[in-house]
Amino acid sequence: MTALDRMLVRELQNGLPLTTRPYDAVAQSLGVTPDLVRARVNAMLEDGRIRRIGVVPNHYALGWHANGMSVWDVDDASVDALGARVGALPAVTHCYRRPRRLPDWRYNLFAMVHGRDRDEVAAHVADIASVLGDAVAAHDVLFSTRILKKTGLRLAAGRAG
Amino acid sequence: MDDLDRAIVDRLQTGFPVCERPFLEAAVALGTTEDALIGRIDRLLRDNTLTRFGPLFHVERMGGAFTLAAMQVPADRFDAVAGSVNALPEVAHNYERENPLNMWFVLATETPAATREAVARIESRTGLPVLTFPKEREYFVGLDLKALR
Repeated sequence: MTALDRMLVRELQNGLPLTTRPYDAVAQSLGVTPDLVRARVNAMLEDGRIRRIGVVPNHYALGWHANGMSVWDVDDASVDALGARVGALPAVTHCYRRPRRLPDWRYNLFAMVHGRDRDEVAAHVADIASVLGDAVAAHDVLFSTRILKKTGLRLAAGRAG
Repeated sequence: MDDLDRAIVDRLQTGFPVCERPFLEAAVALGTTEDALIGRIDRLLRDNTLTRFGPLFHVERMGGAFTLAAMQVPADRFDAVAGSVNALPEVAHNYERENPLNMWFVLATETPAATREAVARIESRTGLPVLTFPKEREYFVGLDLKALR
């Protein structure tokens, strides 16, 4: 990343200013023109360094009271093909393959499921189980009971990109 | 939440304009005014309906890494350990979950070495082992959750 992009990320990681001309406010803090700020933001949106700009809701406050991290011990030969199908289910918001940590942790597929309540999550987990079929040796669902922190990325100060 | 709050939450999850007066442009699309939209977002942030407003960065595309990590924390130390873990700026999210591994957090760092350093710092501050689960493959990342009625 260029020094400017890095400064811009640091300026924006706390959020976009709530003023009528937010990109101008960012430009003023950085000592550059608003056009340059908007051009760099657009460039980062295009190359994917910024996934999107917008609001990030607290899912509890929106009525999604049950948040279950479903975890699955899936046959290594099938996990990639099946993971893509699990990720395509509408109730699954995130889906990843991660390493097992034996003997503490046997699960290699993680699928995050949200619902109004635990019964709704359980129904979605049953849908995942039917997609995975015989390729699953075991699974579990870890419900979240508290958000302890949710801030997003923080770049350390000072380090050149 | 009223209809405008729900519309803001639902529609501004998928994008926000990059122009001189983006709140004005978004307000017109939502059928409200620039000042009202700014006021609403401010209130939704303050009452914790929203956790953030602004760009969502793709850490891997910036050369960094998100790493999921978990710890088994004794109940009587849970809040103190949460404080130690959350004090690290590298900790982007942290959730309490029902499992013997009862604390699950995400480290967002710029380099793999920084991930290892953060893990070492957490282990030395808390005296508890940290299991890490780096992403090996991303099958899907959803962007939005609708506001329920």
